[in-house]
Amino acid sequence: MSLDSLVLLAAAGPPAAMAEGAAKADFMTLLYVLMLATFTGLLVIRNVSRLLHTPLMSLTNAISAIAVVGSIMLAGKQETTFSTILGAVAVVASMTNIVSGFLLTDRMLKMFKKREPGKS
Amino acid sequence: MNMDAVIQPIYLLSAMLFVLSLMWMSHPSTARRGVVSGVVAMVAAIGGTLLLPGYQSYHWIIIALVAGSVLGVPLAMVPLTAVPQRTALSHAFGGLAAGLVGASEYYLFLATDKHPLSGFETGALVAEVILGFLTFTGSLMAAGKLMEIIPTRPITYKGQNAINLSLFGIAILAGVFLVIYPNWWVLFPIIILLALAFGVLLIIPIGGADMPTVIALLNAYAGLSAVAMGFVLDNKLLIAAGALDGSSGLILSIIMCRAMNRSFANVLFGAFGQVQVAAGAVEQRAVKSATAEDAAQIMENARTVVIIPGYGMAVAQAQHRVRELYDALTKRGVEVKFAVHPVAGRMPGHMNVLLAEAEIPYDKLIEMEEINPEMPEADVALVVGANDVVNPAARHDKSSPIYGMPIIDADRAKTVFVVKRSMNPGFAGIENELFYGDNTLMLFGDAKAMLTSVVQALKG
Repeated sequence: MSLDSLVLLAAAGPPAAMAEGAAKADFMTLLYVLMLATFTGLLVIRNVSRLLHTPLMSLTNAISAIAVVGSIMLAGKQETTFSTILGAVAVVASMTNIVSGFLLTDRMLKMFKKREPGKS
Repeated sequence: MNMDAVIQPIYLLSAMLFVLSLMWMSHPSTARRGVVSGVVAMVAAIGGTLLLPGYQSYHWIIIALVAGSVLGVPLAMVPLTAVPQRTALSHAFGGLAAGLVGASEYYLFLATDKHPLSGFETGALVAEVILGFLTFTGSLMAAGKLMEIIPTRPITYKGQNAINLSLFGIAILAGVFLVIYPNWWVLFPIIILLALAFGVLLIIPIGGADMPTVIALLNAYAGLSAVAMGFVLDNKLLIAAGALDGSSGLILSIIMCRAMNRSFANVLFGAFGQVQVAAGAVEQRAVKSATAEDAAQIMENARTVVIIPGYGMAVAQAQHRVRELYDALTKRGVEVKFAVHPVAGRMPGHMNVLLAEAEIPYDKLIEMEEINPEMPEADVALVVGANDVVNPAARHDKSSPIYGMPIIDADRAKTVFVVKRSMNPGFAGIENELFYGDNTLMLFGDAKAMLTSVVQALKG
């Protein structure tokens, strides 16, 4: 492909099919993200101290509430009354997990002390 | 301006901070940094999402965010003995959110023609809805069992596994049909109902002692439903964060299964903890009991005392008395350590949190593998509310239901004290050989009251 035609292409903008491809899920890219994140997760979690497995669970409660992203979109776009209501309920449920998850994790972690208070 | 150029880097930053957050959980000294990192990541994720174009108004978003925060605060303030049920409830909320978003996406597709669903998206949607709703009801059941609203013993009936699996099979089949014919809307509510029913039926036959595994597994499901949502919405952040959560739940459930020497299938379909009729036929053997004063005298002359806590300690709220005992013994120059079995309690790491709450330094909390070689050197093993995890039958009795499960070798200590209310068998209904050992002395009574008397005797 010559430089001219590249410039032309760029000026004309991506063809409709390409735009469609970019907007719609690039299936393979998403699978790569899933694969890499899963392995990262497995390696990182294996190193978590057993002492902290309960705080880890409440922390991941909060992290899995990332579903708040999809919920906010529904509650904000308000395409139908039904989707708005379900979206808003989902935002409430996710936000509950986010707030309680992080607060509880921090509350528990504060209790883990190496030395007793007041003693050397 | 193209908002995507701003939002995508924010999402990338958020995903990176989530990974760091979990990385910092590797050690208590960095763990609180992990929470900060997680909070920043979540704020970035929400902030980035609010920047997306196409919103009609922010009313509902703001109201819902505030309502969720208000609900979240009391849920974070529960007593630490109630953390397992709080965690189960939280999985229920996570599952509900994913299920609702999935349902909403499907009905949007039906109501508006502008967004045709590809087969791949429908598949992800079905996965999201099934995982979301089964996590919702399953976690509610788990929470009910942990709160003892629902009987904690397994509820079983004939053909249970066949019924459960066929329900799940029908749901998957309906999902496959929906992928092929996305307009067969009648399939969709059927899938939802089946997922809801399957969640309930899956948890009913699981006993309370298996709750650590079940909670970890439901944690993984909540993560996986977020992954499926990410595929539906073409959102990489959802996939990354969901996968981190899913792998965390997976690893925790594997650790729990290994600590019981059981497989996933056995936990889910084995109905472990049924009343063992055969095991009930054990002849009445003599046990030796001792008083608090005897225990105090032996412990104060010991060099090392290993305390083995179990769920009974949590039930009796005895962790603060354990702490007093630790103080009294340490003051007399006795070395006190805590041996923590991975499945002690009702969720992974439950004992560690309770002991940390009682301000016992975490370097005194020793894992099973590290403490076992030291057990023959220990002068005293004090079992507080633990049962199956110290049952020597797991080592040699091939007919025992817990045969092969790694245990803490309490019986190898020179003297063993077991604090116990009565001789009733433990949660799993299995007779415990440890109680009949030559070197075992039973301390009958409520854990809290008994430990108080021991501490009194040490002081007096």
